[in-house]
Amino acid sequence: MNAQAMKTFVGIDLGSTTTKSVLLDESQRVIGRGITNSRSNYATAARVAGEEARVDGRFTLIRRTLTEGGLLGEGLEDFLADLERSFRLEQFIERLDDLESTCIGQLKGGRFAALEDRLREALVETFRRLRGEAPEMFAPGAKRKSDFFRDIAGARFYANAETVAREGAFPYEVLLNAYDKAIIDVENRPPSGGLNDHFRRALARVLASADGVGAGAADGIRAGVESSIGIDLEETYLVGTGYGRVTLPFSKEHIRSEILCHGLGAHLMYPRTRTVLDIGGQDTKGIQVDDHGIVTSFQMNDRCAAGCGRYLGYIADEMNMGLHELGPMAMKSDRPARINSTCTVFAGAELRDRLSLGEKREDIVAGLHRAIILRAISIISRSGGVTNEFTFTGGVAKNQAAVRELRQVVNENYGEVAININPDSIYTGALGAAEFARRAYEGGARPEGRA
Amino acid sequence: MNTNVATMKGKTADVEKDASMRKQKEMMAAHYDRLTAVPQTGEKVCSTFVPGNLNELIGCFDLLNNLPEVNAIQNGLRRTSGQYVLEAEKIGHSEDVCTYVKSDIGMIAKGNIAPNGKPFPNPDVLLLSYTGCFTFMKWFELLREQYQCETIMLHTPYMGDGKITPNMIQYMVKQLREEVIPKLERVSGVKFDIDRLRERLARSAQAEENLVHVLQSARRRPSPIDAYFGGIYYIGPIFGAFRGTEDAIQYYRFLREEIDARVAAGTGPITPEGDMGPEKYRLVVEGPPNYTNFRQFWKMFYDEGAVVVASSYTKVGGVYDLGFRHDPQRPLETLAEYCLGVYTNRSLPMRIEMLSNYIEEYGADGLLINSIKSCNSFSAGQLLMMREIEKRTGKPAAFIESDLVDPRYFSAANIKNRLESYFQMVEQRRAGARSAA
Repeated sequence: MNAQAMKTFVGIDLGSTTTKSVLLDESQRVIGRGITNSRSNYATAARVAGEEARVDGRFTLIRRTLTEGGLLGEGLEDFLADLERSFRLEQFIERLDDLESTCIGQLKGGRFAALEDRLREALVETFRRLRGEAPEMFAPGAKRKSDFFRDIAGARFYANAETVAREGAFPYEVLLNAYDKAIIDVENRPPSGGLNDHFRRALARVLASADGVGAGAADGIRAGVESSIGIDLEETYLVGTGYGRVTLPFSKEHIRSEILCHGLGAHLMYPRTRTVLDIGGQDTKGIQVDDHGIVTSFQMNDRCAAGCGRYLGYIADEMNMGLHELGPMAMKSDRPARINSTCTVFAGAELRDRLSLGEKREDIVAGLHRAIILRAISIISRSGGVTNEFTFTGGVAKNQAAVRELRQVVNENYGEVAININPDSIYTGALGAAEFARRAYEGGARPEGRA
Repeated sequence: MNTNVATMKGKTADVEKDASMRKQKEMMAAHYDRLTAVPQTGEKVCSTFVPGNLNELIGCFDLLNNLPEVNAIQNGLRRTSGQYVLEAEKIGHSEDVCTYVKSDIGMIAKGNIAPNGKPFPNPDVLLLSYTGCFTFMKWFELLREQYQCETIMLHTPYMGDGKITPNMIQYMVKQLREEVIPKLERVSGVKFDIDRLRERLARSAQAEENLVHVLQSARRRPSPIDAYFGGIYYIGPIFGAFRGTEDAIQYYRFLREEIDARVAAGTGPITPEGDMGPEKYRLVVEGPPNYTNFRQFWKMFYDEGAVVVASSYTKVGGVYDLGFRHDPQRPLETLAEYCLGVYTNRSLPMRIEMLSNYIEEYGADGLLINSIKSCNSFSAGQLLMMREIEKRTGKPAAFIESDLVDPRYFSAANIKNRLESYFQMVEQRRAGARSAA
């Protein structure tokens, strides 16, 4: 371990659906990114996202060190991917243990009294199977629907508990009930903090299974990883943004509006950006920025969430589909339906009506994507229109069908415009916040209670 | 424009002592008492609107002035407008109708109770001085149906070309002579006396002079007044039932002295929580405020150190700061000019000009538009105005949305979010690109 410290600038974007965190270094380089679901607890979400960003930051440092050391050559990327999967597995198992003991802790007395022993056995068995499956879930090429512990553990718990309950002729609902109560506590509990041990164990597992890494190289890698995880990632200055910001104990100096953060974040990603569209969970923002990323004008939706991410979430629920499945389905359509309704609830009614008339699901879903984009474009128009270049951010920017409609509508109304969509666009607000933190520090601001 | 001075009183002893506030409260209480005592006194009542009101003329016929918009504002501030709006919707008025209208119609349906707890009298005459708001006409059409009383309409030509022509004045004076005055004589039973009118107009001009002095004090740094939230209290007597009265003269004299004292002491505006902290942002505001959450709305400004140095809303009942004063030498012509010049009767280019000039003259950081959901006559063209003013002044502008007296349309979190973004945007622009934190 060395005591080397590194200044980091933290941006946290507390969105209605997810909380994002970005870590910048003094040279404005992104060190790490972290994301978690916002739950109903922004303080925990901020902590978890921050922790995730620091973990990601460690990987960045490890990458830098190993690249400089040149020990792995072309195998570096595979090695790092293995290391990350192995690390995630460590984390997952640690939280599974926590979940198991919390579930069992729920069993004391009350309505569980009569079944307590049998229930405990059933839970232990369920978690034994879950742990058994875990390495497979983090194997190379394994697909996970979500990166959030609640989603991954939940889906597998339901499946295993059902089997265990059936085998033991045991009421499945009782197991579910224990899980439902426990997951909230586990989710809101801060990570244990033994991250370095996770890294070490993960590294040991990777090295043990790695072919072609000689003993000398393995020592070099170990030393590189140790030196990277030994660096103290000092939280030098933090800026929070997003809807949850007011619920956090941040003083005013540590809060920026998400409009400004998105504007600046988009500028950092694409310096030629002049117009930004952000479609988040519950709001849609049209922002105009100058050549320094400074916001010159903006418009937002108010009172109505039609045209936001939630609109698609609602439609997905109505169709009994996953949110991530909507885009691909809409992409199959070449004749999007004309959906006039801009109200989320009415769109649900319209959807059912059209399905009953025999219209194709993909056409309807494509039409709904177009409806939300039209709504967003109206907000953009009121903010001053689309000026080249145009950057699209927020969770909905990941949806291919929404992007296709956006390209078309922008082209129809504003002609040829460069449209930027960053794979990390969900972090735009947090990136802007982190840069505000960096600039604040550069300008002499210091967090309370620190020199 | 309201009587709710009690809510304006801050926690500091100084605020309590303000003579102008006491005076305004007494004036309004006395006015409502006089109105609700009509069944006993037999006085006659004229309902009319604030923009383009002919208060001096109404007074000449010993008619009592009742202003439905002011009643709606009272109901907004007292948080009763929500139930009245719902009542009006129950009767059949759509969700998009002006909420002043619905508050009024709902109030009538629920007993027509004045702020003093007694019922309002029925009007004897509805005097519509049309100055740019089409809804006013439909509103009085509804009230005429309700009260079956005499209705008078004075048509004010719109200043579409940006100027007042002699023809416009002649056209209005003719209406006053041939239509308005004879009908008022008939309803009131009082013969028109032009000298009485002249006396009242002279009194108006005195009060107007002091009002302008107060409004223009906001050119100073720090501004001793908030010309929007505070300004609404300051315009109350002159936009309401008191233009042309001794009471108004006294009120504006007190107010002027108080503001001069604040200037001498170098203090900023009074807020409901006492003196405002350091002035950080100076804004020009376009559009009416929200009344159902008035104090919460105001707090979003003064908590951030934002003071409004000029506003268009404080000109809807008369634009005095551009030089107009009621002129006793030309009694009917001056009434015509007054109606023609009110803010709601000005064309979009005139409004742009006025707001741009305010930004320059008052050293403002930018423009804020509070767009009213249910007021199309105010809201139409506002975005266009905003873009043009931004272009002319180079100052940032922002757009928020709320409503006059419908509490359903005040979304505090959204408005606060936009306001904070706007203030930070101003800050960022001020700091410049290099040190934009």
